[in-house]
Amino acid sequence: MRYLPHTAQDRRAMLQTIGVNSVDDLFVDVPRSAVLAKPVDLPDHAGELAVERTLSKMAARNVAAGTVPFFVGGGAYRHHVPAAVDHLIQRSEFLTAYTPYQPEISQGTLQVLFEFQTQVALLTGMEVANASMYDGATACAEAVLMANRLTRRRRAVLSGGLHPQYRAVVETQSRFLDGEIVAAAPDATGEEDLLALIDDETACVVVQNPTFFGHLHDLRKLAEVCHANGALLVVAVTETVSLGAVTSPGAMGADIVVGEGQSLGNALNFGGPYLGLFATREKFVRQMPGRLCGETVDADGRRGFVLTLSTREQHIRREKATSNICTNSGLCSLAFTIHLSLLGEDGFRQLAALNHARACEAAARLAQIPGVSVLNNSFFNEFTVRLPRAAAGVVDTLAERGVLAGIPVSRLLPAAGLDDLMLVAATETTTEEDVAAFGDALAEVLR
Amino acid sequence: MSARSQAHSAGRGGDGGTRDVVQTHSGHRGLQMEEPLIFEMGSPGRTGVDLPPVTTTTGKLGGLQRRGEIGLPALSEPQVVRHYVRLSQKNYAIDSGLYPLGSCTMKHNPRLNEKIARLPGFSDVHPLQPQSTVQGALELIDTVAHWLKTLTGLPAIAMSPAAGAHGELCGMMTIRSAHEARGNARKRILVPDSAHGTNPATAVLCGYAVDPVPSLPNGRIDLAALKAKLDDDVAGIMLTNPNTCGLFENEIIEVAEAVHAVGAYFYCDGANFNAIVGKVRPGDLGIDIMHLNLHKTFSTPHGGGGPGSGPVVMTAELAPYAPLPYVVAGPDGFRLIETPADQEAAGDGGHAYGRMKSFHGQMGMFVRALAYMMSHGADGLRQVAEDAVLNANYVLARLEDVMTPAYPGPCMHEVLFDDTFLKDTGVTTLDFAKAMIDEGFHPMTVYFPLIVHGAMLTEPTESESKESMDVFIDTLRALAADAKAGNAARFAGAPYLAPRRRLDETRAARNPRLRWTPEAPAEAAE
Amino acid sequence: MSDVRFTKDHEWVRLEGDTATIGISEYAQEQLGDVVFIELPTVGADVEAGGDAAVVESVKAASEVYSPVLGRIVEVNDDLEATPGLVNESAEDEGWFWRMELSDPDELEALMTAKDYKAFLEGLD
Repeated sequence: MRYLPHTAQDRRAMLQTIGVNSVDDLFVDVPRSAVLAKPVDLPDHAGELAVERTLSKMAARNVAAGTVPFFVGGGAYRHHVPAAVDHLIQRSEFLTAYTPYQPEISQGTLQVLFEFQTQVALLTGMEVANASMYDGATACAEAVLMANRLTRRRRAVLSGGLHPQYRAVVETQSRFLDGEIVAAAPDATGEEDLLALIDDETACVVVQNPTFFGHLHDLRKLAEVCHANGALLVVAVTETVSLGAVTSPGAMGADIVVGEGQSLGNALNFGGPYLGLFATREKFVRQMPGRLCGETVDADGRRGFVLTLSTREQHIRREKATSNICTNSGLCSLAFTIHLSLLGEDGFRQLAALNHARACEAAARLAQIPGVSVLNNSFFNEFTVRLPRAAAGVVDTLAERGVLAGIPVSRLLPAAGLDDLMLVAATETTTEEDVAAFGDALAEVLR
Repeated sequence: MSARSQAHSAGRGGDGGTRDVVQTHSGHRGLQMEEPLIFEMGSPGRTGVDLPPVTTTTGKLGGLQRRGEIGLPALSEPQVVRHYVRLSQKNYAIDSGLYPLGSCTMKHNPRLNEKIARLPGFSDVHPLQPQSTVQGALELIDTVAHWLKTLTGLPAIAMSPAAGAHGELCGMMTIRSAHEARGNARKRILVPDSAHGTNPATAVLCGYAVDPVPSLPNGRIDLAALKAKLDDDVAGIMLTNPNTCGLFENEIIEVAEAVHAVGAYFYCDGANFNAIVGKVRPGDLGIDIMHLNLHKTFSTPHGGGGPGSGPVVMTAELAPYAPLPYVVAGPDGFRLIETPADQEAAGDGGHAYGRMKSFHGQMGMFVRALAYMMSHGADGLRQVAEDAVLNANYVLARLEDVMTPAYPGPCMHEVLFDDTFLKDTGVTTLDFAKAMIDEGFHPMTVYFPLIVHGAMLTEPTESESKESMDVFIDTLRALAADAKAGNAARFAGAPYLAPRRRLDETRAARNPRLRWTPEAPAEAAE
Repeated sequence: MSDVRFTKDHEWVRLEGDTATIGISEYAQEQLGDVVFIELPTVGADVEAGGDAAVVESVKAASEVYSPVLGRIVEVNDDLEATPGLVNESAEDEGWFWRMELSDPDELEALMTAKDYKAFLEGLD
């Protein structure tokens, strides 16, 4: 078997060295009744060709985004990843390395983390960032827990513009820790007023910018009111590329910024693996969850990097840890870092401008269709349209016609009375032809 | 200090060795490059991408255009490629050598996995496309679920947790929900004192108190002590099996019976599943719920720290409480149950306690794990466990006369040594580990589990050939002899030959510098 | 040195009038290694004998520091924020953690004298 080096001779020799007759003698501590007499009921081993064939067939039963006009967003975005990124992350020393617990032979991983942490801090306008978390939603839940610890309060106020799955993850975590969640109703029009919900029992207010429905908000006033009440402002960013065009959460007074980093360096991958971004103020750093890389020197006085402030983490604090998280999204954050390094300052801003331009074009085209209205006065690369009938059916019909139109809001918010709403996203990968095809198909379906 | 530093003469402490005979002008040493941060490179106007020009407006940004510099460096593609290639060359990796980290299962990561994961039909698919357009993806998740359920002998599974610790959290939340449904969440979780730190951390995140159970001198959990602690305030136990000492809990069936007798649940940390995959089914041992680490047992790449994937198998009794989302197979194809409304409409009796993360789970890792499982098959996976256990016992057998095993054999897939053999040598476990680096090996896991003094937990995995292990073993024998011969200085200053010498972790923790900053202000003296 | 008492958890207490100064012992700092951070109690907080009061962190470990006696925190050692290394350099003097008012000074009698603590340490390893 190609992945197992031992021959029968090797095994015999080793058993002899150990001093037993068969490998089953080494399983002597397993209750006899539990040792399986034969392999489980699954197929036997297969060669590469056979595995490729079977899995390629499965893959072929999916419609790949690049093969059709594609306008699906909702927290994961299709961007063009330069070829060099995927090539570099497949280098053995990045792909098959472990967590950098022995820093002397992990300076590659560690320096990348240091660069990543810097990039995330710069993008979000914050002072420090961690080495990534599982995804934006879990980062958001961790931010709420952190705010509770810092303020010694229990109540989190969630904006109606927060991604419904982020809200669900926050609610799930809080429920088990006796946290209180006040969740505003879904804010499709971008007009909610959270200020009245903030008082001296509020630990944090969680907003998303751009919102789930695409609206952009100036958060400065909200930040002021939070701070006046001793509460923290948590801002979630589900589209990292928006930070190339929109005022950063840090500049608007955020205390914690969380986000989804998938847009840079990472393919859609049907929802995972992704990477959670987490950034905050320096004074809060000891309450920040997740892995952290710090700068130091070695015994020869040369600059080097190590994991640091580990005493926050589970392997040391055990039951008093800030979180139980044990991994970061290493390879995904490497891809993010490399992609952003290739883009650079101007490239990143230009990428963002392209995204916004394509979305403006798409919005303009769709608004022309009778019965269709765009709800947003502002957006980055995703906006909400109102259709003259239930969006779910329209999206399904369009899929049958080879157009992946967008997301019916009812899919993520089933009981909210928003069945006629659809989220539409465009990126730099969206072409004029895509927009025309979408517009034409939608017009026809709605006729 | 400068990013490009001159090579120094022999470092402090001990005989530095041959490395520092030649001084170079560039600061590089042969193939080993000194590499600055990207923020210290680059020049405005350079770019690594060519994007089409933008003619439009920022008219729809609501007046919130980002002004001012972000501060990102500008580099061309050749510079970026060179930078990250050079950084990669400073890393040890499975592809470079034996990586004996206990309980991490650093096995070979097949490249077929990478090829399959990159098929556009898997990688270029959005989680929220209409389900009719992703039937192949849903089928893949269902297939992986089937393999994992069959291998573990448990009938239900939650695929969404993103890593092992996340799976533990899912497991604890499921257990708590099951108890709450019966009107009493209970208060305590029992955890052996040998447990990995994630276990107690997770129990606390679910609102439970942790009650530690001692281990016996033979490294197993103390069944009598466990029974004495079991009462109807105990919600469950978290046990790792094989345990963190590399031993199979031979009284595990009795443990399960005792736990069930008080109406509590048996959670198993599946980090060490590699020892028994395809040979023993956790469901047959009385385990109620267990997480698997696809990045350990099932070869998905460690990637320098992640991403992982931690699906959780469980009994039919616990299944109704499992989190959203999950995939169901039906006559019309595959369907995702994503929201409470979906679950109610499905009428499957489920009351999910909530959601663990966005979207559906670590699909990229599912694809890789399935390619791995299909390549091995049931027969190959069984062979994996046998070879893993064989290899660890071979290491034990060839080292037990010069190093001190913490427990008598046989061990499972990993072998645990303590630092008794270093007594009176002046060499600590840490020093010994650092000397291994000079010898071209990543050290084994050190100082874990906590119940063994100066622990060295060593897991070769089934991927290692006999020749490879013989080199490793012979090197450790020689190092042990060196230590006993009184050569402590050689260990105290190690590593000498790695890209960096020992790093000052105290300094990093006392004065955290967690990012590069544009211009360093004059630093106050420490 | 005025009368110092020690606990089995390696804290020391020195009474000066009605106020006691508390820190960790020389033995404790040696066991911990380089101290990197101390989480001090809040001024004004009440602590119980044996209750959690502070946390002292080294690179690889974090240890609870318990209050030896019942009382109220009146002062904490702000120097420890900038120079946690004081705990290593001068554990039983400049590296003090907090000062407190004692509810019951007699509680000190139950603690070990310096001589008893020394004997206790010898029995440990």
